[in-house]
Amino acid sequence: MRNVLVATIAGAALLGAMTTEGRAAGPAVELLHRSWSFDGIFGSYDDAAKQRGMQVYMQVCSACHGLEYVAFRTFTELGYDEGEVEAIAEQFFITDGPDEFGDMFERPGLPKDSWPSPFRNEAEAAMIHGKAPPDLSLIAKARPGGPNYLYSLLLGYDEEQGLDLPPGNYWNEYYPGHIIAMPPQLYPDLVVYEDGTEATVEQMAADVTQFLMWTAEPKMEERKQLGIGFMLFCAAMTLIFYAIMRRVWADVKK
Amino acid sequence: MSADTPTPKFTGVLGWIDHRLPVISLGYKELVAYPTPKNLNYFWNFGSLAGIFLVIQIVTGIVLVMHYVPHADYAFASVEHIMRNVNYGWLMRYMHMNGAHMFFVVVYIHIFRGLYYGSYKDPREVLWILGVIILILMMATAFMGYVLPWGQMSFWGATVITNLFSAVPLIGDALVTWMWGGFSVDNPTLQRFFSLHYLFPFVIAAFSFLHLVALHQFGSNNPVGIDITNKDKISFHPYYTTKDLFGLFAILLVYGFLVFFAPNFLGHPDNYIPADPLVTPAHIVPEWYFLPFYAILRSITFDISLFGFTLIDAKLGGVIAMFGSILILFFLPWLDTSKVRSANYRPIYFWAFWLLVVDVIVLTYVGAKPAEGIWPTVGLIATIWYFVHFLVLLPLLGRFERPRPVPDSINKPVLPKASPLGPQTQPAE
Amino acid sequence: MASDTADGSNRRDFLQIAGYTALGLGVAAAAWPFIHQMNPSADVLALASVDVDVSTVEEGMAITVQWRGKPVFIRHRTQEEIDAARAVALDELRDPATDEERTTSNEGVTRPQWLVQIGICTHLGCVPLGNRVGEPKGDYGGWFCPCHGSHYDTAGRIRKGPAPLNLLLPPYAFLGDTEITIG
Repeated sequence: MRNVLVATIAGAALLGAMTTEGRAAGPAVELLHRSWSFDGIFGSYDDAAKQRGMQVYMQVCSACHGLEYVAFRTFTELGYDEGEVEAIAEQFFITDGPDEFGDMFERPGLPKDSWPSPFRNEAEAAMIHGKAPPDLSLIAKARPGGPNYLYSLLLGYDEEQGLDLPPGNYWNEYYPGHIIAMPPQLYPDLVVYEDGTEATVEQMAADVTQFLMWTAEPKMEERKQLGIGFMLFCAAMTLIFYAIMRRVWADVKK
Repeated sequence: MSADTPTPKFTGVLGWIDHRLPVISLGYKELVAYPTPKNLNYFWNFGSLAGIFLVIQIVTGIVLVMHYVPHADYAFASVEHIMRNVNYGWLMRYMHMNGAHMFFVVVYIHIFRGLYYGSYKDPREVLWILGVIILILMMATAFMGYVLPWGQMSFWGATVITNLFSAVPLIGDALVTWMWGGFSVDNPTLQRFFSLHYLFPFVIAAFSFLHLVALHQFGSNNPVGIDITNKDKISFHPYYTTKDLFGLFAILLVYGFLVFFAPNFLGHPDNYIPADPLVTPAHIVPEWYFLPFYAILRSITFDISLFGFTLIDAKLGGVIAMFGSILILFFLPWLDTSKVRSANYRPIYFWAFWLLVVDVIVLTYVGAKPAEGIWPTVGLIATIWYFVHFLVLLPLLGRFERPRPVPDSINKPVLPKASPLGPQTQPAE
Repeated sequence: MASDTADGSNRRDFLQIAGYTALGLGVAAAAWPFIHQMNPSADVLALASVDVDVSTVEEGMAITVQWRGKPVFIRHRTQEEIDAARAVALDELRDPATDEERTTSNEGVTRPQWLVQIGICTHLGCVPLGNRVGEPKGDYGGWFCPCHGSHYDTAGRIRKGPAPLNLLLPPYAFLGDTEITIG
């Protein structure tokens, strides 16, 4: 039994050593933390927040950032019906073709299309902005701190400290190195929420974070649901087979 | 209950087949009636668990290949396609990702169990060597698999690890170019890694089969570490099948927690950024199961010179130390000169073993840290200790250590007369 | 198997049966994701309809467009072809269907000059000839499948050869005078 105990402690230490891997890469500054509806084993997305976040994304973020891996058809998962999804998709222009003359042409978006990048390609994006704004489909999984990092970043601008920076650079408390090429985006009442929620900067930052968490991990709810079933089954089976094992082994003399 | 039960005669259709193709009686003999020591503890569960995780990896891997595109332009997008569009694709991918972590957890415990109980000693040297081959194949497979999603960590991991081979004298650069199929890690590299990543698991399966054949030749070692007769053995089924199933479901709880509730906990955020050959991530680290070896690699920061002539520069030294730390395991059956297998009866080796465990944990920790401050020094000390353990301590212990008296049966306590240290020595557990 | 005797064996048997049954059910349930992953993925299912501009298709000509990876034949039939198709008595047909049924769109509009059908032989899946000028049209002036010799008439109905069914009709709708939406 002592060996098992020691092994458990060793395993815990090893796990501790492993988790530093993620932490070591994180920004030095403590991020703003928020309690998210999707946190935890039973956490799920908040449809209203996702829709508000989509609205912020459409009116603000999408001027520079595409969502390459997010198709409009999946917006039914935001709580929209198919007609609303078509109406959202139609607001975008998609390059399609070639037509019968061999030319590319633009057409309104369809549910099957992905949220397009506002630029033809990365070179154009880099030429306009100095540094190509990244696609944000996976951003909530691609940064240490995930949603808390996005939320912090959106709220982390400080114009006072950024005064001396060369043009096109801004000071952000939470960006690694503090100097970021993206200007501050959110101002109070920048968008008028369809559901009447007051559009404070914190509210918009939280909503767009919720939306981007969903774009990065759209199957999270399905995953957690299946997971709960799996864990209950395995827990029951662990107990059952422990009992079976004890009974089978009862006739073995120590 | 005794393991002496003879193989029954199969009748009917089974008998007809078995007469012509004796796999049924073979399977019965090796998997049902197979005599197993009755005193195995839970650490003996990890061998079958490793086999199960190999199967999980192969099955989920075959499924993923149905949707994955091994091309630098499409790999990242095809993984996202799996995650978003394919029915249960996210499950297949997260199972495969975290299955790799679980496979290494289970195999490392399996290896340390072998170290503690001396399972590599005569007559099980070949069994042990086959295991080391499996470990090396696993590492190669895991490394190449990590490259396939073609994220930033994939790309830079591939770049750094393949560059290790440039340290080989004379042919180093040519060797690396050959491995890449170009002048940097690029599409040809991805495609060959994909091919080999699909091949190697089947090679591992073949070696696992040989590992089993070698195991069944003399049967399992046991916590007491003595050779035992069939009187002290029990049939594998139902005793160890039920025990293995209990262990399986217990470990599936850990696996399930990772897959369903923390799928990216052991991964790295940078791998959700598509590979960019022009930008290296600020802090690149290998997956946790490579960290001890990575720490050994980085701990050699000095040239080894003789009369002012550099024999081995720091780069080559690191590479030699890293590969050496694994290859040394091949010689373990001969480096450990003690005749006593189980650490329970070896008072000094008992502590040497736990010191080695701590040493490897320290190396893991150092491997995750940036190479600055005290960490390179700690890493160097831990590296030296690793080699001292195998190359100096183990050969000497066999000569100078006075083992506690080993019982001649797993049922009997030590005969008091046989103990030169007096009655106070009792076998631990 | 010492404990298969007398007392306690019933409870042990029940526990074992329950445990191994649950194990079997668990394995069966776990197999489903591995099977289902081979079904069409969400992006494939969502592949939208195809809009085809047929204003340039002259009478007597036909075009082939692709929908869900399959060829769709759109034929602008001549009056003779329509008359020929309508003259056939239903009891002569292997797979009876009137010409009107075969030229009616999803929303119930019948335009006899337009015949829209999936260009795959119902025998074993080859693409029949007859859609392009100069290709053999078979004994009934429609399509001819070269793989195993099935003949289709001008309404795409099977008349001769091994195919069991008429050429299948995709879901389609007329969009104004010159456009057809397939799917």
